[in-house]
Amino acid sequence: MDSTLETVDSAEQAASRIATEAGFDDDEVMRIAMAVREAAVNAVLHGNAYDPGKKVSLAFEQTGGNLVITIKDEGKGLDPDKIPDPLAPENLLKTSGRGIFLIRSFMDEVVISPSQTGTEIKLVKHVHGPSEGVKEASQ
Amino acid sequence: MSMKTSTRQVDGVTIVDCSGRITLGEGSVILKDVVRELLSKGQKKILLNLGDVNYIDSSGIGELVSAFTTVRNQGGELKLLNLTKKVHDLLQITKLYTVFDVKDDEAGAVKSFS
Repeated sequence: MDSTLETVDSAEQAASRIATEAGFDDDEVMRIAMAVREAAVNAVLHGNAYDPGKKVSLAFEQTGGNLVITIKDEGKGLDPDKIPDPLAPENLLKTSGRGIFLIRSFMDEVVISPSQTGTEIKLVKHVHGPSEGVKEASQ
Repeated sequence: MSMKTSTRQVDGVTIVDCSGRITLGEGSVILKDVVRELLSKGQKKILLNLGDVNYIDSSGIGELVSAFTTVRNQGGELKLLNLTKKVHDLLQITKLYTVFDVKDDEAGAVKSFS
């Protein structure tokens, strides 16, 4: 997917649809979709820096009782240890830096894997709904 | 649905009725532009009515913080009115609920401005 704001919106909409199909309730769908949106924003804005030559990949998989969403960019690699705590008093009034915090708040597991060729972020939500076997990916 | 705003005056307070989404891109830019324009006109008592805002992402939260600090730094006040549950919950988990002055009654909110 291109490094554009349209990709961010598309990722959010896909997450909303797939989470709904997986049986999550409206509140959980909203949280999952927002987590995916925030991860897509990071990939497009901070990872690929809107570079038209760099792509974002997005994959959804429902397996083993989990909805697993993987978002990859082709940027320099995000070091999660260098992200300031947005809840620290000195950071409360900062205008950015809440994306990863929101992702971690809304998902059950978050794995951030930076490398020199980009960052992969894996989001996991435990499924309690009825359907299984959804698998979808877009590059 | 993209963000839309309209402004009205009540007893010296500018109420900005917002609807739609405040997200990275258009929504955040619209909010920034509205607040900047009000300040340029000397309107420094601003009440953001978010009753019809159904979605805010981290960029939108950042824009709310930016608006709040910009108005405060110019000697004004910016307060929030009629938060939806989703927006309320977001401000709670980001610990911003206690930073913003949040109101749920328009008449009372207008009176609260100094």
